[in-house]
Amino acid sequence: MELTTRKLLTIVTEAALEDILVRDIENLGARGYTITDARGKGSRGMRDATWAPHANIRLEVLCDADTADAICTALRERYYDNYSMVMYVGEVVVLRPEKF
Amino acid sequence: MPSFEPVILFFVLGAIAGFVRSDLKIPGVLYESLSIFLLLAIGLKGGVELARYPLLDVALPALAVVVAGALIPLAAFPVLRRVGKLSTADAGSIAAHYGSVSVVTFAVGSSYLARLGEAAEGYMTVFLVLLEFPALMIGVLLARRGERGTPWGQVMHEVFAGKSIVLLLGGLMIGWVAGPGGIAPLDSLFFDLFKGLLAFFLLEMGLVVARRFGDLRRAGAFLVVFAVLMPLAAAGLGLITGMLLELSVGGVTLLATLYASASYIAAPAAMRIAVPQANPALSIGAALGITFPFNLVVGIPLYHRLAQYLHHAGA
Repeated sequence: MELTTRKLLTIVTEAALEDILVRDIENLGARGYTITDARGKGSRGMRDATWAPHANIRLEVLCDADTADAICTALRERYYDNYSMVMYVGEVVVLRPEKF
Repeated sequence: MPSFEPVILFFVLGAIAGFVRSDLKIPGVLYESLSIFLLLAIGLKGGVELARYPLLDVALPALAVVVAGALIPLAAFPVLRRVGKLSTADAGSIAAHYGSVSVVTFAVGSSYLARLGEAAEGYMTVFLVLLEFPALMIGVLLARRGERGTPWGQVMHEVFAGKSIVLLLGGLMIGWVAGPGGIAPLDSLFFDLFKGLLAFFLLEMGLVVARRFGDLRRAGAFLVVFAVLMPLAAAGLGLITGMLLELSVGGVTLLATLYASASYIAAPAAMRIAVPQANPALSIGAALGITFPFNLVVGIPLYHRLAQYLHHAGA
């Protein structure tokens, strides 16, 4: 079995941004993504998802290093100043690299 | 009979539960379901009532109500800027919240009047729908004066395709087309259960307000005072507009309630996208933390009294 490494980019941010972010990352070359509802606490306080304006999402993208880099750069520029957003990138092993 | 609407006791219960850090939690899906129900029910009810009036009888007053309502964000903005020393973004966003309306405040006002047997013009729901969005546009324009790059397409989509407008307007259309007879089979769901489900919703709002109470401390003294005086001033405008339009006591009360109320569902969603620099804790803290409970407990009975007084004086 051939194993290949890819980047797993995780973005934790405000649910209000979901539609815009999806469009952004697809334009930047992501071929798929997974979104889950999330809650937690960070520098902008408690995001407890008790109602819509306080809800968070976690958006995960499997992609190559260049795409991950492009997404991180663009999102940091566009959203870091005004929105709750955390991004991190890890390396993962995938089974079907042609998908990502 | 107590002089306040008993359903607001559920709001108080929710707030207490939040303050004592009870593990009581309304699941997100229930909150979503309740808001869908309330918006649809209010729309339907308005549509059924609207079917009784010729459209032209409603169109002119509606235009007057929207034009007068536009004064609210326009007046609030300079106060927030100069007196409150808030940034343009924050002032514009808060002005939009106060110019737009709260559906739940309207619902509590309606049931307050219904309990007292005070009739109101059925087309008040049309005003509710029409007052929801112009202030959001005005707020965005004020907040982003001279700035380029407002994502207008996105903002318009957020406002007009948002669930509040879709369900209110959709319900209104369905009620209007179907008429009272057509909706009758649905009465037991949409109208009989309305108050019970409103109670659930208010319980949740109480929890949210209590959990977000910390935001108020960040908002500061100016915003706390603003959140009480602004609804009073806006209600005054509503009373005058309602009297000039020769609405009934109930109608004048509801128009004052609409003008006094501040949006905390549609406005936060739209402002977050349109004016990212604005701090949502300030606008939501003021609109939901102070103005909403103020209108529920003090405002609505007060506006009703004043409407009675004005009608009495005018008669």
